[in-house]
Amino acid sequence: MTAQDYNFAYLDEQTKRMIRRAILKGVAVPGYQVPFASREMPMPYGWGTGGVQVTAACLTPDDTLKVIDQGADDTTNAVSIRKFFQRTAAVAVTEATAEATIIQTRHRIPEAALTEGQILVYQVPIPEPLRFLEPRETETRKMHELEEYGLMHVKLYEDIARHGHIATAYAYPVKVEGRYVMDPSPIPRFDNPKLSDCPAIQLFGAGREQRIYALPPYTRVVSLDFEDHPFEASKAPHDCDLCGASDSYLDEVITDDEGGRMFVCSDTDFCRGRVAAGHIGRLGAPDLAQEAAE
Amino acid sequence: MTPQSLLGGFAHPSTDAAHAFRAALEVMARPGRIEDLPGAEPPEPLSVAAGGLILTLCDPTTPVHLAGAHDCAALRDWITFHTGAPLVCAEQAQFAIGTWAALTPVARFAIGQPDYPDRSATLIVEMDQLCAGGPRLTGPGIKGAVRLSLPEITAFADNAALFPLGFDCFLTAGVQVAGLPRSTRVEDC
Repeated sequence: MTAQDYNFAYLDEQTKRMIRRAILKGVAVPGYQVPFASREMPMPYGWGTGGVQVTAACLTPDDTLKVIDQGADDTTNAVSIRKFFQRTAAVAVTEATAEATIIQTRHRIPEAALTEGQILVYQVPIPEPLRFLEPRETETRKMHELEEYGLMHVKLYEDIARHGHIATAYAYPVKVEGRYVMDPSPIPRFDNPKLSDCPAIQLFGAGREQRIYALPPYTRVVSLDFEDHPFEASKAPHDCDLCGASDSYLDEVITDDEGGRMFVCSDTDFCRGRVAAGHIGRLGAPDLAQEAAE
Repeated sequence: MTPQSLLGGFAHPSTDAAHAFRAALEVMARPGRIEDLPGAEPPEPLSVAAGGLILTLCDPTTPVHLAGAHDCAALRDWITFHTGAPLVCAEQAQFAIGTWAALTPVARFAIGQPDYPDRSATLIVEMDQLCAGGPRLTGPGIKGAVRLSLPEITAFADNAALFPLGFDCFLTAGVQVAGLPRSTRVEDC
């Protein structure tokens, strides 16, 4: 099957118009979840159907697309979504963050600083930050309407009462421009500070839950916390074993059945770039760095 | 309906609409920015950019209001043929098109509901020209502050005070388009 069998970027024009209107309203009301008529996509719910629909509505033939899954360009989800758009939209693709104009991401924000010309599209499983505290949509909608977010602070307080600190490590709730409490998708809280004052446009698509929301550039995004328990962006207390980076988010990789483990950057493009620039971590091979440099 | 109303759509509907949407997204996400939105060739008095916005965003599910001189037979036929959008009064409109004078009083337009602030009108305001001068804009999407030639200040300041309710605007002049979402604070200084 060739690309010509589909409309540009897979979706029909009527669907794209509907999604585009939802995106524009989302941008106009930062942090508010706009309902949209999510379509069936040729992949299961939970595999990024929301993000794919938002990306499809934004793509132009001139774009360069990057897709990451937990920071990695080479995992199943990222590879199949990238191939999907190569085939249906014939767009250029890249693994380099700086070269991309649209970046679709599952659960990470790239380490490299984003720029004004870029759009970051998040895949969102549960867009409603209050959902696990209040299962009824009618109630959570009312809570957003009345700015009634006390329950979320109770949840964070219970974390402190039980664990001594706020134990929420991912999908850490944020408040947007002092109004809407928003789920930043399951990104590690290490990434939360990058949401605020970001030069790129950030769009969030939840396919199964049929919601789109957005953060325009330079929007004030504050992670919820308490005066005596301020928000802290945390990561594993190690350096990357391949590139030696001390400031990037790390994945823990089990290497044998005797407790052996290594920590590597979750952002593969960032790690590769550092290795190519000659940085070597604890387990990084010097010849690998040389090879990359050549 | 005249044969003329069948002309003037996008030459390449899918990719032209994609480019038009990106311009619309850029200006709505970065108030004060002015982008080109070419491609449409609508009948007078509609501007190229406003025509492009209508082709990109309107369809049979979006009631459109034509205000003042824009409410003419040629334009009605063009919008009906190209989008199928129903033409309605100001109160029911999801999109409204006209000069600022024709659109006022803007209190007529939908500002959304407290639980569904997205159910609000989008105004497409036809201007003689757009430039980076005039009232001072601050808010989401703006680094520091910018200036944009707006037709009025009070109405937009009042609209911003309604946040999260309120209408959103595109300002169009020729092929140029700028955006003004309800989240933008407008001051005269």
